Amino acid sequence: MDRFTRVPISEQDPKIRATNFKEVCLGYTEEEAMAEAKRCLQCKKPQCRGNCPVSINIPGFIKEIAEGNFVKAAQVLAEYTALPAVCGRVCPQELQCEKTCILGKKGDPIAIGKLERFAADWAREHGVEVGTTKERNGIKVAVVGAGPAGITCAGDLAKEGYDVTVFEALHEPGGVLVYGIPEFRLPDAVVQHEVENLKKLGVKIETDVIIGRTITIDELLEEEGFEAVFLGSGAGLPKFMGIPGENLNGVFSANEFLTRNNLMKAFKEEYDTPIKVGEKVAVVGGGNVAMDAARTALRLGAEVYIVYRRSEEELPARKEEVHHAKEEGVRLELLTNPVEIIGDEKGWVTGMKCIRMELGEPDESGRRRPKPVPDSEFLLQVDTVIMSLGTSPNPLLSSTTEGLEVDKWKCIVADEKGQTSKEGVFAGGDAVTGAATVILAMEAGKKAAKGIYEYIQSKKQK
Amino acid sequence: MYKIVERRDLAPNIFLMKVLAPRVAKSAQPGQFIIIRMDEKGERIPLTICDYNREEGTVSIVVQALGASTQKMANYQAGDYFEDFVGPLGVPSDFIKEDLTELKKKKIVFIAGGVGVAPVYPQAKWMHDQGIDVDIIIGARTKELLILEEQMSQVGNLYLATDDGTYGYHGRVTDVLRDLVENQGKKYDRAIAIGPMIMMKFVCILTKELKIPTIVSLNPIMVDGTGMCGACRVTVGGKTKFACVDGPEFDGHLVDFDEAIQRQAQYKKEEHQHEHQHHHHQGKCHIRGEY
Ligand SMILES: Cc1cc2nc3c(=O)[nH]c(=O)nc-3n(C[C@H](O)[C@H](O)[C@H](O)COP(=O)(O)OP(=O)(O)OC[C@H]3O[C@@H](n4cnc5c(N)ncnc54)[C@H](O)[C@@H]3O)c2cc1C
Ligand SMILES: Cc1cc2nc3c(=O)[nH]c(=O)nc-3n(C[C@H](O)[C@H](O)[C@H](O)COP(=O)(O)OP(=O)(O)OC[C@H]3O[C@@H](n4cnc5c(N)ncnc54)[C@H](O)[C@@H]3O)c2cc1C
Ligand code: SF4
Ligand code: SF4
Ligand code: FES
Repeated sequence: MDRFTRVPISEQDPKIRATNFKEVCLGYTEEEAMAEAKRCLQCKKPQCRGNCPVSINIPGFIKEIAEGNFVKAAQVLAEYTALPAVCGRVCPQELQCEKTCILGKKGDPIAIGKLERFAADWAREHGVEVGTTKERNGIKVAVVGAGPAGITCAGDLAKEGYDVTVFEALHEPGGVLVYGIPEFRLPDAVVQHEVENLKKLGVKIETDVIIGRTITIDELLEEEGFEAVFLGSGAGLPKFMGIPGENLNGVFSANEFLTRNNLMKAFKEEYDTPIKVGEKVAVVGGGNVAMDAARTALRLGAEVYIVYRRSEEELPARKEEVHHAKEEGVRLELLTNPVEIIGDEKGWVTGMKCIRMELGEPDESGRRRPKPVPDSEFLLQVDTVIMSLGTSPNPLLSSTTEGLEVDKWKCIVADEKGQTSKEGVFAGGDAVTGAATVILAMEAGKKAAKGIYEYIQSKKQK
Repeated sequence: MYKIVERRDLAPNIFLMKVLAPRVAKSAQPGQFIIIRMDEKGERIPLTICDYNREEGTVSIVVQALGASTQKMANYQAGDYFEDFVGPLGVPSDFIKEDLTELKKKKIVFIAGGVGVAPVYPQAKWMHDQGIDVDIIIGARTKELLILEEQMSQVGNLYLATDDGTYGYHGRVTDVLRDLVENQGKKYDRAIAIGPMIMMKFVCILTKELKIPTIVSLNPIMVDGTGMCGACRVTVGGKTKFACVDGPEFDGHLVDFDEAIQRQAQYKKEEHQHEHQHHHHQGKCHIRGEY
């Protein structure tokens, strides 16, 4: 194999995987991983690294893989990331590390994500323990939300010796990683392993606790003796379009659809939670969430259309997911926008009226703005519509916490170190930025852990 | 895990459970609800908080065994555990924030139907504890389905009605309310109606006519109960609201009940199929009770 061609990775056959929830990508074998790792030029000034949000020492861990030192590879990764098995699977690599890999200029960039995943999976499967913990100092810190931001912040603080309790509203920790991203892209076992690691570090996780309802932030600080609180509550509030017919039976938010399937395991016969997927499903939107909803509906037996108002070029989802979705038989209705959902007399969806779009002048985001083509309306015959238009932070925390500043999108205002407008309260991840990515949430959790550490140190000195 | 410390049958297929959940008990307020997941494989079931005891750390719920999940719950006994018990959810009733002297001047009528009696109880009790005298109309299909009569009689003036005339007034709660206002000279500044959607719909049609502002507590389908899924959306005053975070209590005169009733039926068929499979296994058959 030449230096410019990526070692292929095995995947489940599209026809077969479209009928099951098992992971699509099977991962590299040891030999394959070493071969791919050997392609890396070990650049002195690695372009890849600068484009990774947490600046992982990419040539460093790849070198260890190339030499067959898989434990060492995992150790290098552990210095930078708490969730390598997750990021290796779901990072938009083609826009980050792999985009600037020097090999990409002439051929295929190194499969950095796949190698990261390989090293993390290898460590997990071989029971390798990575990371060390300092002596416990008995100082209590609370973390709200057990998503990537919360998990990372809790892990880092526990390693520093803090007594950390994570409060999670749902019955299972993991955040979007368990309720949103499906099993076929990110197996639960991977997330559970990371959660177990967190517990091994001494972190306590209390599920079924909704901060703002069960207990407030002020109570945590004043009554339960926490020195600081980190808010990693995500951006879970789904948006709807506001078009007629949106409350008909058979219209769901992607969050509802995915939560029923992933968190509540509706796809498994023996679980009680039902899920309705009709024969023909329209998923409105073009991000990762839309792809996940579409591929889930497909696996539940439906014929699926993605309805997106711009062209394929602009689809915000990871390229790999779009490619996989198409392979599996999801159809794309591009340059199309819904205008109304039509129902029968009993209130069930029978179709979605759409209009064709064309791309006009670029907008602020630099993407060409879609505008409707006159007289191009048509009816898409579907019995289920899944709205996947993005999410915003849940106002529950800000509305129940005196002195916590939010912006007009209800995002919590926090500085580089995660400090909010309220003393002792830090925040990061989607709760601050709005819906973003796992790696950015992780990075924010890391920075806030540092911020909290410094805050507590300076308080002690006073 | 959350321990069931007490279980009492109130009527056929209606039972009360007192559950040990100190964090929930500490924050619970009238008007709020909790979500139970019975076991690993169970669904998330929303239920109104019927009573709470902060010292004991317990929360009481009253459940009507209707479909597969609530029937499964009916088999749980004192000493058993629920996997999850999360809350309190939703916004507490508005009146607990109101000015007490103002509130005391108001004449309030509660209207409860079926298991709706359970959620009315903490509210009427709260009023009673503040020294506010309230009227309570309770309706049930038949005498044996009338629950919590004794407790309710201690917190307000009771007016009972059964559809079949086996107890109290022969008729529906709306008939009683009309009678009180039109024939017995009662004047109400506010009505609080909790029960099946269809009952709340007809109460609201009547109170609109009688010009009594009315609060209702909606019970749509829910999944998370924290504002994350939108399953619970209802139209109130032409706007979409999430009942779990914006409610569950709303101005009844603004609620689109027809839509709410339609949406509540979303999983009915599914459930039947599920039940059929179930029965096949167990070789026995239950007859579904009506709400
Ligand atoms: C379907 C889907 C697919 C995605 N695919 C990708 C992808 O391929 N790649 C990628 O990088 N990103 C992806 N994302 C985005 C990514 O998952 C998020 O950016 C990331 O999870 C944000 O992490 P977080 O920790 O900030 O929040 P979350 O993961 O949202 O976690 C927040 C947690 O806080 C809990 N919580 C909220 N409020 C409270 C409260 N008041 N009290 C207690 N707990 C509370 C929530 O229940 C939740 O568990 C996807 C998102 C979705 C929905
Ligand atoms: C805020 C609120 C408060 C409530 N308070 C009470 C109470 O105090 N006592 C009481 O007896 N009942 C109460 N309910 C109703 C109770 O949650 C439902 O009766 C119960 O979930 C129905 O489950 P089932 O399977 O036994 O019945 P079925 O009526 O057969 O339901 C069939 C299926 O539909 C779905 N479903 C139906 N209703 C709901 C729901 N509300 N949420 C989620 N899924 C649903 C479920 O998947 C269910 O399996 C309340 C509901 C809400 C939203
Ligand atoms: S964390 Fe993401 S961006 Fe960084 S190296 Fe890994 S896959 Fe690339
Ligand atoms: S830029 Fe590419 S070739 Fe160079 S070190 Fe990074 S991964 Fe290796
Ligand atoms: S139940 Fe999910 S948003 Fe209300």
